Amino acid sequence: MTRALSNPLARWGLAIIAAVLLMALLAPWLAPYDPDAIDVKAILLSPSSAHWMGTDGLGRDVFSRMLFGARISLLVGFVAVGIATVIGVVLGAISGFYSGWVDVVIMRLVDVMLSIPTFFLILAVIAFLTPSIWNIMIVIGLTSWMGVTRLVRAEFLSLREREFVLSAQTLGAKNGRLIFRHLLPNSLTPIIVSSVLGIASAVLLESGLSFLGLGVQPPQASWGNILTDGKEYIQFAWWLSLFPGMAILLTVLGYNLLGEGLRDALDPRTNSKGS
Amino acid sequence: MMRYLAKRLFWMVPLLVGISLISFLIMHLAPGDITTTEAGFNPKASEESRQKLRKLYHLDEPLIVQYGLWLKRMAILDFGESFASHQRPVLWEKKDEKGEVTKGLIQEALPVTLLINVVSLILTLIISIPLGILAAKYRNLWQDRSITVLIFVGFSIPGFWLSLLLMYWLGVVYNVFPISGMHSINYQYLTAPHKIYDTTHHLFLPIIIPSLTGLAGFTLFVKNGMLDVLHQDYITTARAKGLPENIVLGRHALRNALLPLITIIGLSIPGLIGGSVISETIFSIPGMGKLFYDAVLMRDFPVIMGILTIGAALTLIGNLLADIAYAWADPRVRRGVGQ
Repeated sequence: MTRALSNPLARWGLAIIAAVLLMALLAPWLAPYDPDAIDVKAILLSPSSAHWMGTDGLGRDVFSRMLFGARISLLVGFVAVGIATVIGVVLGAISGFYSGWVDVVIMRLVDVMLSIPTFFLILAVIAFLTPSIWNIMIVIGLTSWMGVTRLVRAEFLSLREREFVLSAQTLGAKNGRLIFRHLLPNSLTPIIVSSVLGIASAVLLESGLSFLGLGVQPPQASWGNILTDGKEYIQFAWWLSLFPGMAILLTVLGYNLLGEGLRDALDPRTNSKGS
Repeated sequence: MMRYLAKRLFWMVPLLVGISLISFLIMHLAPGDITTTEAGFNPKASEESRQKLRKLYHLDEPLIVQYGLWLKRMAILDFGESFASHQRPVLWEKKDEKGEVTKGLIQEALPVTLLINVVSLILTLIISIPLGILAAKYRNLWQDRSITVLIFVGFSIPGFWLSLLLMYWLGVVYNVFPISGMHSINYQYLTAPHKIYDTTHHLFLPIIIPSLTGLAGFTLFVKNGMLDVLHQDYITTARAKGLPENIVLGRHALRNALLPLITIIGLSIPGLIGGSVISETIFSIPGMGKLFYDAVLMRDFPVIMGILTIGAALTLIGNLLADIAYAWADPRVRRGVGQ
């Protein structure tokens, strides 16, 4: 971990994520206004000392909404990627360890999932369910496990041939021990890196869905749905578009920097973003 | 080559079956069945349209029969008619008894989306290939570093936000580009050259935005590909022969570095098609993305299922074309050497 933190990319990424985390945790105390309080006397005010980021079409304080929006963004990122990682690790481990027909079935499933445009898949599922923050997290998680599966499978396949695994096997280690003591711990680095990069795309996906009105539903604030207002009032209120977009950009950048930094620091062999 | 192709086509069969299964599952994801949710979402839905939906998907039959029928309809590409848009056919035009032709929804939307994505993909390649070479050539110098910053920002910027910003600057403040639609109101009265200009003018922003957001990935890919190739022995040989660096890079290295790019283009297709939802919605472009979005909002199930299937089919076709192109460009694959 110290090695990871010596990497400047990782440090910058971590600093950004820590700042967002702080904002999200302290939102109730930092927010100058109630994020959902409608004030008809303060509609579409431009940024000022009273409202740092202006107000929206219902007179709500944008800065306060941004702080609470940070919570959504973090929550969706972590939960969705958590779901995807668990599915991916389990399927990838089974696929890579047991090979044979299980492997064929799982890999074909991955191919099928990858051939349906993810955004279409997510929207189709949402069309049959009601959009809510929980459904969004589950749907994003269920549609983004394919990368991790392939990754874990590839790691397992190559680790299985390594001498330390073969010798453990020769010494009579059971499958469970092989998987949990030898294979999984040694695949951890790429799993962590891909999870961190996965959070970046989950945050982007959530904001996109909320922007389209199919994600987090108003009045609950999310960076994506503040931007929906931004589009609505694009002619009059630039601040509704600028701030949430910057927040998404910085947060996603944070995860990307951290992910790449970790990859560089923990795995000196590669320095690419992967495919 | 023919054997390779036959094998490749054969592998698509299980994929198609899988896609039909997934889409069938999605349709049955809703609590209860889709007619009740639809009724729940749209209280005005009449008993008649509910019965029609039940009949369309054979909801009164056992599940396995339903799936069989769905598979059959997918095989003959019959997706029925839209519920919302004046009951137009989902996929392809139909003639009614009076001989009047109604165009299919996907039939009209698909060319628009294809046009936008193909042009923006070409733009992306034109810009990203030189950038990638530059970054590899000047590795760790300022050129490489500024390109790396660009790549990171490119990976992190939300496309729809970039659209909003450009819409605001170029559309609202400077009023250089129209911010919605594909044609001006007086489009039908324009002469042919003006029509082309009008469409180009309208499509400029919708085309430029996906190519800007796609830039990061491709540039990084070209750069890494070049760096990999530059370590190879034949590059050292070329340099040792005293060839100018530009020829070494442009001729010897680039050819091999670009090979994998063909695969990446194939793999980027689902992302491009999926991404069209947001950009077409923002700019009100009547393509597949907008059609899909509207269908989702109105719970227009036949359209949703149709686009889902066609989207997957496009991805498969794209990957197939990419593989064929790869085999054509790389004799090692064609003759089955290696791998």
